[in-house]
Amino acid sequence: MKKTPLYDRHVSLGGKIVDFSGWGLPVYYTSILVEHQWTRSSCSFFDVSHLGEIEVSGPEAFNFLQKRLTCDIAKGQKGSGIVYGILCDEKGNALDDVLVYVGEKDDYHVIVNAANIERDFSEFKKYVTAGVSIANHSDDMACIAIQGPKSETVLERLFGLKLKDMRYYSFRADTINGNRVWLSRSGYTGEDGFEIFTLNQNIGAIWDKLTKEGKLLGALPAGLGARNTLRLEAGNPLYGHELDEETTPVEAGLRFAVSFTKGDFIGRVKLLEQKEKGIQKHLVGFKMTDRSIPRDGYAVLKAGKKVGHVTSGSFAPTVGSGIGMAFVASGCETAGTKLGIEIHGRVAEAEVVSRPFVALRHRKG
Amino acid sequence: MDTSKLRYTESHEWVSLSGKTARVGITDHAQKEISDVVFVELPKAGKKVNAKDSVMVVESVKAAFDIYAPMAGTVLKANDKLTIRPELLNQSPFEEGWLYELECSDPSQFEKLLTETQYKETASKAH
Repeated sequence: MKKTPLYDRHVSLGGKIVDFSGWGLPVYYTSILVEHQWTRSSCSFFDVSHLGEIEVSGPEAFNFLQKRLTCDIAKGQKGSGIVYGILCDEKGNALDDVLVYVGEKDDYHVIVNAANIERDFSEFKKYVTAGVSIANHSDDMACIAIQGPKSETVLERLFGLKLKDMRYYSFRADTINGNRVWLSRSGYTGEDGFEIFTLNQNIGAIWDKLTKEGKLLGALPAGLGARNTLRLEAGNPLYGHELDEETTPVEAGLRFAVSFTKGDFIGRVKLLEQKEKGIQKHLVGFKMTDRSIPRDGYAVLKAGKKVGHVTSGSFAPTVGSGIGMAFVASGCETAGTKLGIEIHGRVAEAEVVSRPFVALRHRKG
Repeated sequence: MDTSKLRYTESHEWVSLSGKTARVGITDHAQKEISDVVFVELPKAGKKVNAKDSVMVVESVKAAFDIYAPMAGTVLKANDKLTIRPELLNQSPFEEGWLYELECSDPSQFEKLLTETQYKETASKAH
């Protein structure tokens, strides 16, 4: 298992280490339930150093990314904008979902999923043109996500930052402990929050300050278990579950990450066809009507016939019941549709509901 | 509860025997591993089971866990309190968080289960 620069700290804090996409990371320190609720009510910090960072730069970098990703990079303000997009193959299927941090001058930092770093890097290299440089910084960069309603106060007081005017989904270069960082107001949990990216050697001091002095301000470490239940309630997709090589962003309900007006891009033909002619596979959110709990891979039924499968399922602590996301056939995607989920040999009743499952509490602008 | 009088399985169940009636639960080690129990699917009275059959399911936030029968028999009753308060399984695995009772077809099988010392050795080896 690969270790992030914070691995020894997770072990000494009593974190229960699991294998996540080849990385040894804590699934929880105390319990998923406790850490989930703490994030919604106060502030949690997560080691997300396994995320990959690929830098794309040069005079042709903009055109290259416009061609390679589904999103319109021009929507991101230079020097502070973050744009969410999908890396598709020619058939429109998703190879990854990424965040592009748009730099000041022809430099873009693409944040990618840990499991896909190598493939994304080689996909980028495959389409590289003159005037584009691509560098994989994943092994040198670390990241901590600070999430929850108290995140702003915690970071302002611990590191002397001024964050009040920072917009959601924006970033800036800043200094913490005398070291350069990128700081973004972003996250995966549905709460207000920030992510701090820096070089491996500088991340430990930030983590230590959070663990030692953050506690008094209401900040505690949390593991990947809570990160998953939080993102599920927020209705956010996880690559390998709601998105994969057999799924297009249109099917995954990510039309907002696809721009048909920016010009040509890889996968456009298929995605446009789906937009115009419709799709047979739909991503839906659902909620159990009894106390049973759906899990990844369980069969979804309608009137006794299999119509799909669960992509992510769990007990949802804030909702207080079992919820999930699933791919279902046409005719099953409308809110209110009654579905059956096959759980331990019986069929439990569920209902299609709109996502997110909880009110998002990050800033609106 | 004097846990040294109980018998254990490699799949982390504990058993107490009184006459032909065996009471079954999961160990403290198991509840820690499972963590955050949020739902318990209890067996119905009258259900016939063989040793090592999956009898019921315990669900935590992160996953579902099968609970196995330590001995053959018929389910007499289940701990209905867990339907309302599944967290008892984490808080009191040996007492309030017991799972179900079994009428054993052969109570002498009890002696063949692991002693506390043997169980602790198995559990520590597994980690």
